[in-house]
Amino acid sequence: MISIFRSVICLTILAGTFLAAVTPLPPAGKFPAFQQRSEVDLIIGDRIGAQPTFAVPDCLNVEGGAEVSKAALTIAEVLWDDLNFEREFRMLARDTYASIPPARSLTSLPLDRWRELGADGVISCSVMSAADGQVTVTARLFNTRSLESAFGVEYTGPLTNVRIYAHQLSDEIHRHQRGLVGVARTKISFVSDRDSQSVLGLVENRQTKEVYFSDYDGANTQRVTVSRSLNTTPHWAPNARAIAYTSWRRGFQDIFVSHIYEGRLESPAGGTIEIHNWLPSWSPDGRQMALTSNRDGNSELYVINVDGSNVRRLTNHPGIDTTPTWSPQGHQIAFTSDRTGSPQIYVIDVDGTGLRRISFESYCDRPTWSPAPYNEIAYSSRTSPGHHDIKIIDLATSEVRQVTFGIGTNESPSYSPNGRHIAFMSTRGSGDKHIWVVGRDGRGLRRLTSTGNNEMPSWSP
Amino acid sequence: MNTSRHPFFLPTAIILLSGSFSLSCVRNAPVAPEPPPPPPPGESVSSASAPPSVPDLDLPESPTQSNSSPPPVTSPIIPPEDDFTARDLEELNRNSPLRPVFFGYDSSTLDADGRSILEDNSEILLDQPTWVITIEGHCDERGTPEYNLALGERRALAAREYLLERGLSPERLRTVSYGKEFPFNGGDNERAWSQNRRAHFVITAR
Repeated sequence: MISIFRSVICLTILAGTFLAAVTPLPPAGKFPAFQQRSEVDLIIGDRIGAQPTFAVPDCLNVEGGAEVSKAALTIAEVLWDDLNFEREFRMLARDTYASIPPARSLTSLPLDRWRELGADGVISCSVMSAADGQVTVTARLFNTRSLESAFGVEYTGPLTNVRIYAHQLSDEIHRHQRGLVGVARTKISFVSDRDSQSVLGLVENRQTKEVYFSDYDGANTQRVTVSRSLNTTPHWAPNARAIAYTSWRRGFQDIFVSHIYEGRLESPAGGTIEIHNWLPSWSPDGRQMALTSNRDGNSELYVINVDGSNVRRLTNHPGIDTTPTWSPQGHQIAFTSDRTGSPQIYVIDVDGTGLRRISFESYCDRPTWSPAPYNEIAYSSRTSPGHHDIKIIDLATSEVRQVTFGIGTNESPSYSPNGRHIAFMSTRGSGDKHIWVVGRDGRGLRRLTSTGNNEMPSWSP
Repeated sequence: MNTSRHPFFLPTAIILLSGSFSLSCVRNAPVAPEPPPPPPPGESVSSASAPPSVPDLDLPESPTQSNSSPPPVTSPIIPPEDDFTARDLEELNRNSPLRPVFFGYDSSTLDADGRSILEDNSEILLDQPTWVITIEGHCDERGTPEYNLALGERRALAAREYLLERGLSPERLRTVSYGKEFPFNGGDNERAWSQNRRAHFVITAR
């Protein structure tokens, strides 16, 4: 177990610093010694299914300067947000902690006072300067009733992006306490005009759009494309190390794959002046890609190997077939077709058989198959002229439920890897396009982006 | 948005004059030698595209620099018939003789107006056999961005198909779809939408 954590932590810290020069990593991540109890004792909460109340006071700054002090504050704030996001715990607001004296050390908290405030669990953490300008982050989760430590972890790594320690800690607490796969270390890629320039070309008044990605909470935005052209429809590779997207950098739409940790660019679909490819979708095993292409005279779906070989045509209809998404097991593909006169969602087996229509509305597009265990497809559906809302169809029951309700237009849904959240584009509020995230139950809405127009999110694995 | 920069609103008279003039005259050898075209101001744009390989058989021969004569002092209203070849690509596209074709909502079907415009465009292109054009398919903002990429492609292909039927060679007619990414009119009303549902013709080589 410890070795698994260690490798996960090493990967995480690597991911956080991938743009910096590769530096040797110290041994990172080990459980601090504490008495192991039975599994039952370690889970905080009285009743099964009840939502325990947690508090995250400021981390202790142990013998560190201003930078470490700032890191201590950031880690507590980010951890609180991460834990709040999944709604597995009722989080006590951090501005209600003033009456409780701060901990003297990692293990000496006034747990009776925290219990009085209503906390079932308190996360105590400390940040300490380590060798070579690094920091050691130590955290314990205490049960305010048993007064025992239910969980503990320690990480050592650079100070460059301390949010990653909070994200890692949140994911581990969710797994340990609730058996939940958290998404605090995931990324969201999207398209933005925030750095737009004039497109290179013969027609004036056209502005570029580029591909970006940020942490799942909107922090640490990084730009992926610098092509001075139009770039849209990003889609994360299943290993979260590459982003496929559609780019017009060669004067027509073709699919490019950016290996963001290696600085490598590929165009596997073989686009030419005649053959155009767009809307890439990685298969769950990362070996294949579904896409839309005009290579046989109109928009059809194809599946290719990621090296560009073995092109298979999936659809054959004079209508438009586009916008593919894979089922979690990789056996089926949902897509958009207007073969009956308006865009609707269809499902087809990967061998080209078993076509069936699943939406019966005025205009549907951007199907996105949920991860397991949910067996559903989110899509954008026209709910009034020029306006779309996010809906979800349960594939077992064919029941459709609506997630957004007519505030602005709401399009291009993308599931979080644990299936509990959906990122989408909405014009609600200012009228500008922004990336928003909402629970699959329609609750917990929040906005991720704040500058420019932002659209077509893709949530990383 | 500054409409004067766009070819849609070029005075119809100039289009008709230039189009019909070149139709009636260019095929016949000009009686009087034409003034030399000014050198293209910049080669950077055209060199980015494939250079035309078809010789300018239908166009009047341009005199060389040595025997050039001063431009005739005549009425400046009618452009000289080789005016198109004299301009660089950016200028040519800014005041393009090729008019866009408009489509109905969620449609890629050519109506009577669309076919008429394509007739005119095909005649201009038959008169300018070196031109290579890119037909851009565009959509209005009301659909989803993903589906509109395919709809724009279908509009571009519909226009291309019609031009092929008029006898234009396929290698001169490239297509691209921009979906709803590059609206001509940023407005949020039917007039704007109808102007954005279009096949737009860009001259990429001449």
